[in-house]
Amino acid sequence: MKELERVNNPHGDDKVMDACGLFGIIDTSGRRFSGEAVIQAITNMHDRGNGLGGGFAAYGIYPEMADHYCIHIMYATPASKPETEVFLKRHFTIAQDEEVSTRKARGIVKPPVLWRYFVAAEPHCPEGVAQDDYVIERVMEINTQIEGAFVFSSGKDMGVFKGVGFPEDIADYFRVEEYKGYLWTAHSRFPTNTPGWWGGAHPFNILDWTVSHNGEISSYGINRRYLEGFGYHCTMQTDTEVVAYAVDLLVRRHGLPIEIAAKVFAPPFWDQIARLTDEEQELCRTLRQVYASLLLNGPFTVIIAHQGEMIGLTDRIRLRPLTAAVKGDRLYLSSEEASIRLIEPDLDRAWIPMGGEPIVGRLKVKAVEKGKIKARA
Amino acid sequence: MPEINVSTADMLSLDARGLHYKELNARLREAVAEGATDIELRNVFGQRYIGTDLDKPVNIHIYGTPGNDLGAFMDGPRIVVHGNAQDGCGNTMNEGEIVIHGHAGDILGLSARGGRIFVREDVGYRVGIHMKEYQGKRPLVVVGGTAQDFLGEYMAGGVLVVLGLTLKEGEAHRASYIGTGMHGGVIYLRGQVQPYQLGKEVGVAELGEADRGVLEEAVGQFCAHFGYDAGEILKTPFSKLFPLYLRPYGRLYAY
Repeated sequence: MKELERVNNPHGDDKVMDACGLFGIIDTSGRRFSGEAVIQAITNMHDRGNGLGGGFAAYGIYPEMADHYCIHIMYATPASKPETEVFLKRHFTIAQDEEVSTRKARGIVKPPVLWRYFVAAEPHCPEGVAQDDYVIERVMEINTQIEGAFVFSSGKDMGVFKGVGFPEDIADYFRVEEYKGYLWTAHSRFPTNTPGWWGGAHPFNILDWTVSHNGEISSYGINRRYLEGFGYHCTMQTDTEVVAYAVDLLVRRHGLPIEIAAKVFAPPFWDQIARLTDEEQELCRTLRQVYASLLLNGPFTVIIAHQGEMIGLTDRIRLRPLTAAVKGDRLYLSSEEASIRLIEPDLDRAWIPMGGEPIVGRLKVKAVEKGKIKARA
Repeated sequence: MPEINVSTADMLSLDARGLHYKELNARLREAVAEGATDIELRNVFGQRYIGTDLDKPVNIHIYGTPGNDLGAFMDGPRIVVHGNAQDGCGNTMNEGEIVIHGHAGDILGLSARGGRIFVREDVGYRVGIHMKEYQGKRPLVVVGGTAQDFLGEYMAGGVLVVLGLTLKEGEAHRASYIGTGMHGGVIYLRGQVQPYQLGKEVGVAELGEADRGVLEEAVGQFCAHFGYDAGEILKTPFSKLFPLYLRPYGRLYAY
């Protein structure tokens, strides 16, 4: 295990209490827009966070390199960069690499070196191994074996920008307003049980999956052990990480629709199941039996995203807030309605979803066909 | 609405855009101390605690979306929200009135010990949680639409009315765990619920004459705010939900 505490937690924070702020927008027509609106919205929830973590995920931002995995890496030690680059050259074809563009920003203290690599898995990926699986294995190797190096984004045509600071400061630092995407999520952190360090900021990522979370996943231990059996290793010292891996396992590898995955994370209670039709009962029982170890216990609201889809989900008894809203082609998700109204005062509809019911925004098929957005292979 | 901030001896009109809640609430305290009786806040986007610690019967009109804990610990003012409210509205309120021309979020009226809250549309989880009453103090919450789970959870007093006006013909309330842990107060519910939707501590009864009086008064006030026909609403049957035990957990820790 790496000595994360010394390297990454100079603030020495340990346990504080309050909420986190979540925000997300998807334009289902596939139209790209600047990060400005999402920055404004998450900044409006400044008081939900405490400056120990802010971050953004953006989809559709690297259209000219959309066929390549974009690996964002934070280097906390000088030696970790050359060591990682030797590893990357051995396992990938690097098409392009550059420092992640940043500027001096208020409140950003001791940032790690941040680098991005556009890579292809060919010709290194062995035959018969899915490229996505190959990439995950390499990401896990970097995160568990190279001291001081952390991959915090590894999808195609998307990227995560995150670190220790308030989200508005992180946005300024990463020049988030300069990117254009059709799907944005944002997080303002108030760490509860785990340290505030750069890798521990949300959104959490694997491939193009990102997860931002408000709450506490008390089933972390059992979720983590189960996921280790499938090759996912938790290195970010934060409960939320398991959700990113779990959704990759259920949706990408096991092929479940997100609505079914939601029933794994937030299953109906047994007494509710008993009132369903026979067919629904069988489905719910089977899911609870097969995926018992992926049930997420404890209070949570998450915004999950991947290429073409954004999902909001809360725990079954809704111990953390979520408001959804629609305007034209856009779906908004937020911890607070005011942040949505700030950037779109004239909504078609705003509502508070029931606990455990996923709210899903999907790219319209037309947008995918037109080639505006690359559909997932 | 005028775009400039107007302030006269008894009136304050304020553009709240970009104001932090601390500054906004300081301005309100100052205005009320100086004798303002009518306050209009425009462009409110999530500022918390509006109306807290104001102890005079001042009128506050809010245009926009006030933040969490609207009217927390409030003691006398009347707040009208022209829009939706977020979570924690009326938290531990002591006296006054909140009228919301829209929906409201979770834990509306939590621990309220007096005053009245009227919401035109739906409300979120745990509305009326641990409301209480004492002697002359009896809080009233009237919800025009439907509520989500744990309505009236641990309720210890007060009156909670849910009218179900946003439900379609024949549509039942979806809330489960209604009145879980309830040990005081009363809920009047219009529209259908199944027994499994109720907490174990809740009994169901028809309304008596005293209940009718309380309900008519509450619905009358609701209709006066939002322009509904009280007679029409009161024509359909209501159920009365009441606590079966005054101390449901009395024996849990006593041995």
